Amino acid sequence: MRRRKLWTVIVLSVFSILFLYPLLWLISSSFKPNADIFSSISLWPREFVWDAYARGWQGVGRTNFSTFFGNTLLLVIPVVVLTAASSLLVAYGFARFKFRGKGLLFTLMISTLMLPDAVIMIPRYLLFKEFNWLNTYFPFYVPALLAVNAFFVFLLVQFLRGIPRDLDEAAVIDGCNSFGILVRVLIPLAAPALVSVCIFQFIWTWNEFFTALIYINSVSKYTVALGLRMVLDNEGAVNWNQVMAMSVVTILPCIAVFFMAQKYFVEGIATTGLKG
Amino acid sequence: MTHQSAQAAGGQTPGSEGKRRKRKPGSLVAYLYISPWLIGFIVLTLVPFVASFIYSFTDYNMVREQSFVGLANYIEIFTKDPVFVQSLRVTLLYVVIAVPLKLIVALLVAMLLNVKMRGISIYRTIYYLPSILGGSVAVSVLWRFMFMREGLVNEMLSYFSLPPVNWLGDPNLALFTITLLPVWEFGSSMVLFLAGLKQVPAELYEASKVDGASRARTFFSVTLPLLTPIVLFNLIMQMINAFQQFTAAFVITDGGPMKSTYLYGMMLYDNAFQFFKMGYASAQSWILFLIILVFTFVLFKTSNRWAHYEDGGDGK
Repeated sequence: MRRRKLWTVIVLSVFSILFLYPLLWLISSSFKPNADIFSSISLWPREFVWDAYARGWQGVGRTNFSTFFGNTLLLVIPVVVLTAASSLLVAYGFARFKFRGKGLLFTLMISTLMLPDAVIMIPRYLLFKEFNWLNTYFPFYVPALLAVNAFFVFLLVQFLRGIPRDLDEAAVIDGCNSFGILVRVLIPLAAPALVSVCIFQFIWTWNEFFTALIYINSVSKYTVALGLRMVLDNEGAVNWNQVMAMSVVTILPCIAVFFMAQKYFVEGIATTGLKG
Repeated sequence: MTHQSAQAAGGQTPGSEGKRRKRKPGSLVAYLYISPWLIGFIVLTLVPFVASFIYSFTDYNMVREQSFVGLANYIEIFTKDPVFVQSLRVTLLYVVIAVPLKLIVALLVAMLLNVKMRGISIYRTIYYLPSILGGSVAVSVLWRFMFMREGLVNEMLSYFSLPPVNWLGDPNLALFTITLLPVWEFGSSMVLFLAGLKQVPAELYEASKVDGASRARTFFSVTLPLLTPIVLFNLIMQMINAFQQFTAAFVITDGGPMKSTYLYGMMLYDNAFQFFKMGYASAQSWILFLIILVFTFVLFKTSNRWAHYEDGGDGK
């Protein structure tokens, strides 16, 4: 048994180095001179170069990464907040009330999880175009406000169902209305699930590329994903270390959030995946 | 307050009685709570879903007035569009390679992680890390630098005195190189498998040990059958995602060389948002939808034969 554990540790360690190597290489390359990046596989730079970050940050033309980061935050934060709030309300409706057509509506909601976005993206685009929402962040805000991503509703429904109804009953006797139950009883208990929702949505929206590509067309409104792609197109053939430095910078917030809250992350997947 | 709640909780039988009580005032309020989703579903999902079906029978191109063209889009796609055939071919290949490979890696790692040991969660975190970067541009950038001709992987090969490989420039190889990216991001499937493995009752392993089964035998007759519902779930969700892959192909190879990585998502993007052939692209999106539907249906139908559900109730 002991020997088996030892072997497990060895195999796990070897694999984890293998799987992490690309990321570590990305980070180390951002500190290497361009000539060294592909001439040695060593993770430790022979010569440290610090200006890749400063020069990469300048971006292309007149727009630098301060703008891209500002834009991304302006996009991501409202999306996260709106998603959490709307998904919670909807999940509460599904988890705690009986109403006509509930079964059908719930089935419809779950089935949207499996509906490929590809089949609705064109009319959605044309609709947002009608509203004059192209080149704005409304195509991100509005779906978040309307709890369009059923994944989050489902995650919260699953969590709310696990909270005993006795607590609701007690709150009713204490004179709470249904909204009071939600705010005073359920939100404190559902905090871990809400954190999961926020983290998932933060990371997904932060990395979102396709939607940003079709809706945002002026460079001054670019997110980091679009900005990085522009830098890749302009500098990708020469200034490798700058592109790598900006890649590191764009994934850093996601990694930070992941490490701060990885417990919720893993729980979130397990909650939706298994009981579904 | 706490005292009161405790009393109330004690005096109440949970479950059906509580539900019945809520029904009367609840209904209207409930619609109010679900109204954001209901509006969103109708306006942003249902209407677009129907609309793209209707567009698929038009020549809508955002320039002139649209008119109905009947099945012309579909006929053109299937008879006169070699790009469609190529794109569908590489996409199917991509899905059929990427999804099973990802699930196999996820399951293997999950099994390694399924031991009681201090510090094991560190490994779980490490293996999950690539997955959070998902479809980000940064990861595609990384892939491009790793696999380009003078890139990291070839540098490693030369370290072992092996000849360089044209990972992204060789039309026969580029798709495979792209396929490795989602395989690297196996984290969410791994977490699901791990949760499933933890639920396998220890008695079953013991019984199997008493019967003298080998470890391989135990895996195939105890572990794997119990995991099949999770396999099914993962297969379906990953398949739906894989069919719509866009970022990797777009950033790493731009569909090339010779359209060997021109995935379906890229074709849709080009037709809809580069050439503005909205009617034509809608028809293609419906074809993709139907393909995914067929795949899902087949997986569900055949799962009766290979997926194992504990209906009888073997205890816990």
